[in-house]
Amino acid sequence: MDAFLHQVLAGLATGGIYASLALALVMIYQATHLVNFAQGEMAMFATYFAWSLINAGMPYWPAFLLTVVFAFVLGVVIERVIIRPVENSPVLVIVVVFIALLVILNSVTGWVFSYTIKTFPSPFPAEPIFGQYITSHGGGAIGVTLVVLLLLYAFFRFTPLGLAMRAAAQNPESARLVGIRVGWMLALGWGLAAAIGSVAGMMVAPIVFLDPNMMGGVLLYAFAAALVGGIDNPGGAVFGGFLVGVLENVLGAFVIGNELKLAVALVLIIGVLVVKPSGIFGKVMVTRV
Amino acid sequence: MAAILEVSNLHAAYGPTRVLHGIEFAMEDGTITTLLGANGAGKTTTLRALCGMVKTQGEVKFAGERIDGKATEDIVRKGIAHVPDGRGTFVNLTTEENLRLGAYTRRGRDAVESDLERVYGYFPRLQERREQQAGTLSGGEQQMLAVSRALMLRPKLMLLDEPSFGLAPLIVRELFEILRTVNAKEKVSMLVVEQNAAMALDLADHAYLIETGRVVLSGTADQIKSNDAVQRSYLGY
Amino acid sequence: MSRRQIILVAALVLAAGAIPFLVSDYRTFQFTLTLVYAIALLGLNLLTGYNGQISLGHGAFYAIGAYTAAILMDQYGMPYWATLPFAALVCLVAGFLFGLPALRLEGLYLALATFALGVSLPALLKYHHLEKWTGGVQGIVINKPDPPFGLPINPDQWLYLFTLAVAVLMFVLAWNLLRGRIGRAMIAIRDQHIAAEAMGINTAMVKSLAFGVSAMYTGVAGALGAIAIQYVAPDSFNIFVSIVFLVGIVIGGLASISGAIYGALFIQFVPNIADEISRAAPWAIFGVFLLVFVYLMPMGVAGAVRMALARLARKAQNRSQST
Repeated sequence: MDAFLHQVLAGLATGGIYASLALALVMIYQATHLVNFAQGEMAMFATYFAWSLINAGMPYWPAFLLTVVFAFVLGVVIERVIIRPVENSPVLVIVVVFIALLVILNSVTGWVFSYTIKTFPSPFPAEPIFGQYITSHGGGAIGVTLVVLLLLYAFFRFTPLGLAMRAAAQNPESARLVGIRVGWMLALGWGLAAAIGSVAGMMVAPIVFLDPNMMGGVLLYAFAAALVGGIDNPGGAVFGGFLVGVLENVLGAFVIGNELKLAVALVLIIGVLVVKPSGIFGKVMVTRV
Repeated sequence: MAAILEVSNLHAAYGPTRVLHGIEFAMEDGTITTLLGANGAGKTTTLRALCGMVKTQGEVKFAGERIDGKATEDIVRKGIAHVPDGRGTFVNLTTEENLRLGAYTRRGRDAVESDLERVYGYFPRLQERREQQAGTLSGGEQQMLAVSRALMLRPKLMLLDEPSFGLAPLIVRELFEILRTVNAKEKVSMLVVEQNAAMALDLADHAYLIETGRVVLSGTADQIKSNDAVQRSYLGY
Repeated sequence: MSRRQIILVAALVLAAGAIPFLVSDYRTFQFTLTLVYAIALLGLNLLTGYNGQISLGHGAFYAIGAYTAAILMDQYGMPYWATLPFAALVCLVAGFLFGLPALRLEGLYLALATFALGVSLPALLKYHHLEKWTGGVQGIVINKPDPPFGLPINPDQWLYLFTLAVAVLMFVLAWNLLRGRIGRAMIAIRDQHIAAEAMGINTAMVKSLAFGVSAMYTGVAGALGAIAIQYVAPDSFNIFVSIVFLVGIVIGGLASISGAIYGALFIQFVPNIADEISRAAPWAIFGVFLLVFVYLMPMGVAGAVRMALARLARKAQNRSQST
């Protein structure tokens, strides 16, 4: 029982990280109906930025905040410069652009920082502060995730800009008719997604260590989380994130073994897509002919 | 009186299909003008062209300033509110969120709050439904919401595309009554596109008749109403 | 194909056959891999270019083909040439089966599902219950085949010629498939999904079939690749293999048979040159080329070549008319 509880809590900790990245995916999906394959690499890139700051002597939390800002700007710039020109292109073209982005970020990071694995600090103490069942980093990561979610919720629910972003995502034409600059809202969405992703990156790096390929698996779990919850539903994505985290850990520890953990993500992704593409909380997808 | 809108030699096309062939008209500040015409004559396209929602050639002046070729959101910010056909409701947002979006470009919290009360005064039914998802409103309520959302902009000019479409006669009468009040009390100019010519001519001061992308007849509402051809083709005498 | 084109292709094949006798063994090995990639790219192009189904996980079928060949040779002592039909069959079935659920997935979602397959495959290959066959993390080492019939050539030259023969066969088959009924149906589904269905094309069948055939091509390439490299291991089949294939068809030219060859030359030789700058350089170049091609040359090298030839022909015609 103890072992089980331990795994569930560990699952919640990584689940929070998946939830953050899933949320980033959902934000871009809601606005553009696209799944950003480069979301993980953007997060990884931002995490290297944080590592450089910390390595240069900056204390953790200022570096954390500066990284979030950096990621935000990175997201906005990528949208305006790279995504904007292909906005209305066929899916294949857009997927290729995402993959190009993934490859470029991955290789530039490898080039600049080398492919050797680096340790990344956790802001939380080494001794357990949340009881015996969960590491302090795990507990802290859950806390950070919840704070991010709360901030996002408040932003979208209570600020005019958040409302405008929701409006632009839902009905771009009407949004223009009330004077919303829809293009900038998309860029802002990319910025926010990248910022959330950077938090996920900084939270996962102490666990998996920092290397240019560290987000591959995380991205897959985040895909699974977003799909399970409903890819157009932010709340669902968060729920999906925690669920996938727990499933991965519990199944990995007691049923299928750690080697096949990633298969959980694969099965979930294909299973959800085939059986119920709208996920648990999503709306049914309708394509226009 | 000064012209709020002057349109000269306006052309528009959807891809290779040309829809407007040199529309010319003008409207005076504070008046209601209606564009009449059959299905496909180019009425909706004219409104969309004024708002920069289709590619155009020609000249559009709003309060003396060229606005043709500008982006929709910039035209809106100058004080033109477009109530599109299909109403353009943000269906997943609440009624009140829809209204607040109408005031998105405005600064000044208090003024926006008092404007909310103002439009609720015109349409008490919306106040009852303020927390309801706008997609669940009836067609009539959504049309009221669209008009209200436009009013939240504090526009100088409102473009209304088929406000009576799909509504019960009683509701249409109520809606047009309120439009008349808004025009009289707030001096908002209105350009109304309608298929229901009789209703539109009752509401409007001036009218233009559009056929296949050109203005073929213009005059005061009364003149147009008494025109033989209009009576035969559009008023069903 | 006109007579002139047949002569041209025959000349190209002959020229290709001469390569191993003109360059070093190492270069020959590189050209062997180029042919392997060309087959794999042709496979992906059948699916993505001609049928409009996006796959970001074709590295998985490449791996399955490679492992099929390696296991058959390692465990059952099968000769290398006999493993190819098995690799083809296994991948045809695997692709067809994967294509069945994929039927329900359009564009982006198929990309997602295949991406997931590509990312998670190395982990599956390491699964310890399969270790008996797959060799786990260590992988499988296989022997380089000797030239048969006492031919007076070295193993590298022989392997190149063998691969060339298989490649020619695969290209001819693909060319035949594409100009026939099934090929037209594939293209119709890509361009007008609903209309194709309305015309009575069994879209489900054609799409699964396209998936199966595409996987089969890539699997055969995987088997040949394993034989050429003499080694398979899980981590050499990560998601970047799938991405390399995508790079290949985009650069070479979507929906083009010759594009597979241009793409293969690109993905084989550009990293070779770029590697000297940095380990990351090939990938940076791939990424930048992807963007450049998508923005500026969406028809790929094959499209550019076609346009250049057309222009030349026009010029020649003008000249002959003016004189």
